[in-house]
Amino acid sequence: MAITEQEIGELKARAKKIRKDIVDVTGWAGGAHIGVALSMTDIMTILYFKYLSLDPKRPDWDDRDRFVLSKGHGGVGYAVVLANRGYFDPELLKEFNHSGSAFGMHLDGNKVLGVDASTGSLGHGLPMAVGMALGARVRKKAFRVYCLLGDGECNEGSIWEAAMAARHYNLNNLIGFIDRNHLMIDGLTEQIMRLEPFADKWTAFGWKVKTINGHDYAELAEAIDFAQTYREGPVMIIAETIKGKGVDFMENKVAWHYGGLSADLIETAKQSIERSSP
Amino acid sequence: MSGGVTWTVYDVDKLTQKEVYGVVLCDLAKIHPEIVGLSADLAQSTKIGALGEKYPDRFFNVGIAEQNLFGVAAGMAKVGLIPFVSTFSAFASMRACEFLRTDICYQNLNCKIIATHGGTSFGPAGTTHHSTEDLSIVRAFANLTVIVPADAIETAKSVRACMEVKGPVYIRIGRGFEPRCYESEDYDFKIGKAVELSVGTDVTVIACGTPVQHAVQAAKILQQEDGLSVRVLNMHTIKPIDEAAILRAVQDTRRIVTFEDHNVIGGLGTAVADVIAASGKGCAFKKVGLPDEYAIVGYPEDIQNHYKIDTEGIVETVREIMGRDFERDEDWEDEV
Ligand SMILES: Cc1ncc(C[n+]2csc(CCOP(=O)(O)OP(=O)(O)O)c2C)c(N)n1
Repeated sequence: MAITEQEIGELKARAKKIRKDIVDVTGWAGGAHIGVALSMTDIMTILYFKYLSLDPKRPDWDDRDRFVLSKGHGGVGYAVVLANRGYFDPELLKEFNHSGSAFGMHLDGNKVLGVDASTGSLGHGLPMAVGMALGARVRKKAFRVYCLLGDGECNEGSIWEAAMAARHYNLNNLIGFIDRNHLMIDGLTEQIMRLEPFADKWTAFGWKVKTINGHDYAELAEAIDFAQTYREGPVMIIAETIKGKGVDFMENKVAWHYGGLSADLIETAKQSIERSSP
Repeated sequence: MSGGVTWTVYDVDKLTQKEVYGVVLCDLAKIHPEIVGLSADLAQSTKIGALGEKYPDRFFNVGIAEQNLFGVAAGMAKVGLIPFVSTFSAFASMRACEFLRTDICYQNLNCKIIATHGGTSFGPAGTTHHSTEDLSIVRAFANLTVIVPADAIETAKSVRACMEVKGPVYIRIGRGFEPRCYESEDYDFKIGKAVELSVGTDVTVIACGTPVQHAVQAAKILQQEDGLSVRVLNMHTIKPIDEAAILRAVQDTRRIVTFEDHNVIGGLGTAVADVIAASGKGCAFKKVGLPDEYAIVGYPEDIQNHYKIDTEGIVETVREIMGRDFERDEDWEDEV
């Protein structure tokens, strides 16, 4: 499913809209994991608007591809993408984080249409994705399972337990992404708990690894195309990203992991997104 | 008082529960070189990072790896250190559950767990970050002392007092935006001894954590509007629980209601119920907390209102229990 220049242009425009929506929701919410969400926006956009086989009108369609946001604190980005994809009325996001709302910071699959797994406690998504991929095999289903992880999240032992299992069962219907923005909450991943040589670790666990620029649609498409046809086992796409991508004053700033925005800052942030590439 | 620490929590208006904890811990670390701190990418969120700033060589951030966090702390305790371990209480009690139980409690190690963001204090984050089962879980661990301070002042007292316990202590605090309950540090805090915050003879309200200050407010309202004499017990130590205070409350008031920012299964209410049931005495009793469901998303004060663990809810429940009938057994010779 090679990508065309025109598609790339459309996806970039979509991502801009999604980033601006994330800024709006952060404003309405009185604070959200905005840096986290901006970091993963391009990965989410290409998945939800090009690759995932799904139907927003039938969220329970048995044969749909599954997506698991293992870094569940990206909920604000996930919610905006689902709204833009037509799962629910974007207006509902005005209630994000508010009392009695269906939308907490970490999305609840029993309350939010389109969410395949409730996450938020790190290290749970990949194990569930492994289970879904195994389940597809048992049920002779052709759907694929996509799972997006945080890099800091890979400190968790459960990620490596799942990594081992995915290779053990040769899950070629499982495609992982790591949002490799090099930041966690307390600082740089390499300073808090070293991950490098990161790709080598995944390779040693038996995964096929592709390292790409996570904001480059051509590279993302090429890696996903490869992963979809790779038959030997699971593929991990390490997507080099920038936390806060698109909003210049947030980029690479650990302080914007979570934050609130005044009306002024909302405007400044949107202008920055308008100017940014992609 | 442990080891001659004389520091007091001035400026408590500006210091949150978490900040107070960081400050007191630094103070203790000054006189106890064996104190070390550990966290799992939540050094700033939990404020244990304050220790790391002051004593970089005595602070360890193990990354986002809570099981390892508790295992490493156990190892350090084994070789003579006193580890203070901090993460969100949902992860301390559930993610690291067996490491806490088997490595730390079973081996009876001198480890102090400061579990932050307890109850629904991180309300908008949703169920993954609500901690409404932790008291129930950790209360079942032998050797473990479990404390739920009512506010920042009591947090300071708990952190100091836990040094006197030679064994594991679990201190559960909030997110840092909790209202204050005490005016000053000038009161008697003893692990395992409830604090009577309001004298009363008609009904007893037993609470821990944030609901304590609501109970104090509710008692005033009930006195003014209903002429009720409400005893308020701040049961800051859930384990070992102050059985004598509960039995006195049964004897004196015959009506008890418990309030906690926690599931009603297995927490403070259950601990109190156990004592009442074992006494064999009739007592109108109700435990209020989160029902057997995952809490709604929302600001903590709205969640507390929704589940009736705020001032309004306490007033309402106390009125309800005043109208309830029960059988009396007036023979107290054998019990108290
Ligand atoms: C089990 C668990 N521990 C701790 C947390 C608190 N927490 C939320 S986000 C985060 C950092 C995540 O960093 P990373 O995986 O690199 O994702 P990023 O935000 O950089 O995209 C932490 C520690 C959590 N949600 N779950």
